[in-house]
Amino acid sequence: MDTNGFFGNWGGAYIPEVLYQTFLELREEYARCRKDPAFWQEYIELMETYSCRPTPLTHAKNLTKHFGGAQIYIKREDLNHTGAHKANNVMGQGLLVKRMGKKRVIAETGAGQHGMATATMAAKFGLDCTIYMGEEDVLRQRPNVFWMEKMGATVVPVQDGSRTLKDAINEAFRDWVTNVDDTHYVFGTACGPAPFPEMVAWFQSIISIEAHKQILNYHGKLPARVYACVGGGSNAMGVFKRFLEEDEVELVGVEAGGYGADSGAHAIRLSSDDASAGVAQGYKTMFLQDDDGQMKQTHSVAAGLDYVGVSPILTDLWEKKLVRFESATDDEVMTALDLTMKKEGIIPALESSHAFAGAFREVGSLSTEEAIIINQSGRGDKDIFTIAHAFDDPSWKEFIIERGKEYSNTDKQ
Amino acid sequence: MQLEEQLRSKMQEKDILLMTHIVLGYPSLEVNREVIRQMVENGVDCIEMQIPFSEPMADGPVILKANQEALATGISVKDCLIFGAEMAATFDIPFLYMTYYNIIYKYGEESFFKNAAKTGIKGVIVPDLPPEIGQSFLEYADNNHVAPVLIFTPTSTDERMRELARHGRGFIYCVARRGVTGKKSELNEDFHQYLSRCQAATSLPLAVGFGIQDRDDIEALKGRADIAVIGSRTIKLVEAEGAAAVGPFIAGLR
Repeated sequence: MDTNGFFGNWGGAYIPEVLYQTFLELREEYARCRKDPAFWQEYIELMETYSCRPTPLTHAKNLTKHFGGAQIYIKREDLNHTGAHKANNVMGQGLLVKRMGKKRVIAETGAGQHGMATATMAAKFGLDCTIYMGEEDVLRQRPNVFWMEKMGATVVPVQDGSRTLKDAINEAFRDWVTNVDDTHYVFGTACGPAPFPEMVAWFQSIISIEAHKQILNYHGKLPARVYACVGGGSNAMGVFKRFLEEDEVELVGVEAGGYGADSGAHAIRLSSDDASAGVAQGYKTMFLQDDDGQMKQTHSVAAGLDYVGVSPILTDLWEKKLVRFESATDDEVMTALDLTMKKEGIIPALESSHAFAGAFREVGSLSTEEAIIINQSGRGDKDIFTIAHAFDDPSWKEFIIERGKEYSNTDKQ
Repeated sequence: MQLEEQLRSKMQEKDILLMTHIVLGYPSLEVNREVIRQMVENGVDCIEMQIPFSEPMADGPVILKANQEALATGISVKDCLIFGAEMAATFDIPFLYMTYYNIIYKYGEESFFKNAAKTGIKGVIVPDLPPEIGQSFLEYADNNHVAPVLIFTPTSTDERMRELARHGRGFIYCVARRGVTGKKSELNEDFHQYLSRCQAATSLPLAVGFGIQDRDDIEALKGRADIAVIGSRTIKLVEAEGAAAVGPFIAGLR
C-alpha cells in the first residue's frame, strides 16, 4: 500500500471530508499495531481461547479418491466461533477499537456472518452495536438476524437501492459520518477506503500462516494450488497472503457465476469482461457498472458473494497475473456442496462451495503427488433455510408449512 | 467571469447569497426546469445541479431517494449535461454540478471539465474526492477555469482547512454538522466557533449547507457566512406541494 492507500492502480481512500480526521487516526493506530509484536500476540491468544484457532486442515480422502487427482485439503474456517472466517477480522478490529477507546461499533453485513461476528465481538467487549443489512438479505438470512438481536445488537434493514450488501455499506457510512466521534465502522471485507483492505487482509492472513505450516507438516511440500471464493475478497486474501511469497503455488479465486456469465445475473468482476474500473464505496476497483458509472444489480445464490466490487488488493494481483480468477454458477455450486456433504460429512457455506466447485473442475487433471487447499470460509448448516430452499427440499418445505400453521393457530388463540 | 468574481459582485448587493440544490431528473427534467425558473426569478444566486449516482454515500434519505428515482426514469449523464448547458445558457446566475467522483471518472475527467467549460458551468462539487488523490481532477478544473469547490467540516482541523483552501476555488462549502444531508442543524455557539475557524483558514467566500431550512436559519447566518445553501428542503417542498410552491418559499427566505 502506498501513502495514499493504493495497491498499484487500485484502492485509495475516496472518503467524504468529514471522515478525514478519523481515517488519519485509524491509519496511525493501525500502523502502531503492525509495529507492535505484542498486539499480534494478543490477537493470536484471543483467537486461540475465544475462537477455535488454529483451525484444522482436513485431508479430504474420499473426495481425493473420487476425482483421482491431487490430494484435496480443506482449511476449516467453518470451525471458527460464529462459523466463518469473518471472526478473524472482527476480533482483530475489536482489539483496535479498545485501543482507540471508542464505545460503539457499526457494521454492514451481506450473508449475516460478518454481522453475527461483529455482534459477538461487541457483546464480548461491551460495545454498543448496530448492524446494517439489506432488506433482501434480512429475508434470506433470518436466523442470523435472530442471533444478532439476541446478542444485543440493533439490526437495521436497509430499504434503498438493491437492498443488498452495497446498500448496507452506504448506510453504515451514513451512520459513521453522523457519529464519527465515538463510533468505529468494523468493515467486513478487504474492500472500502484505505486502510481497510490491507488491515482486513492482515487479520485474515492468520488463515494462510496456519495453512502454510499445516500443509508442509501433512503433505511434506507446498500445495500446487490454493482455492478461495471471492465476494469482497477477505477469505481469499486470508488464505492467499502467506502463499503469495511462494512462486510455485498457484492461487485461484472463484467468483459467483450466478445464472451464468452470459446471463447478466452474476457477480463476476474479474473473470469476465462485464466489469470496468470505477470508484465507489470509498475505493477504486473493478465494478459491475454501466457506461455512466451507475452500479448494476448482481445475483448469486450466496448472499456473501453478491457484491458489485472486489478487493483492490485482488484487483492489483489480477492485473499483475499473480492470482487466476474463475467463476462457478449457482447450479455447479449446489452440485459441489451436495458431493462434499455426501463424501466427507462436511457442510460448506454456499459462499465457500464456490471454491469447491472451482477446485473440483480442475483437481482430476493434477497428479496424485500434488496437493491443493480449498478454503472452507464458512459452515453451511447454520444457513439451513437458504440451503434447503436452494435444494428445493420437499420434506423441509413440509416441515416449514406445518410449523407455520402451528404458529398461526397459536396467534389466533 | 469566474465563479468567485461573480459571487463577490453579488455579495456587494446582498447581505447573504442563496444557493439551492436540484437533483437532475427528479421527478423529471421538465419539473427541474420549472423549479429552476422559479428559483432564479425569486432571487436565488447560484444553483448546484446534482447528476444522480446509484451510491450517494454522503446524502441523507431525501436526496438518496431523489437519486434513485431519477435513475429509475432512465436519465443518463449525457441528458444531465445537455440540460445543464441549457440552464447555463438561459439564466444569468452561476450553475454548478454536484456529483460523486465515479460519474466524472467514467465520463473522463478531461472531457467532463471541457464540457463544463464549453457550456458555461462555473463549478463542480464532488463529496468523495479528497484533494490528495484528486490531482488530475484539480488540474483539469484549473486548466478549464471551472471551480473545484472543496468542503470544510466541523471535524476538519485548522491545518486541514488551510490545505483544502489551497486547492479550492470559487467558494468553500462548509458542512454545518456531522452527518448526511437533510437533517436540521443546531446553529449554536459551537457552530459559530467553527465558522470563525473556517473564516480564518481561507479568503474564499463561505457557503454553509446541511440542514439550512428556513428564514430564521438564514437570518442567523448573516454576517457569519456569505452563502446559505438550501438543499433537501426544496426537494421535499416540490414533493409535497409541486413546483409552483418553490417561488413563494424562496421569496420568503430573505
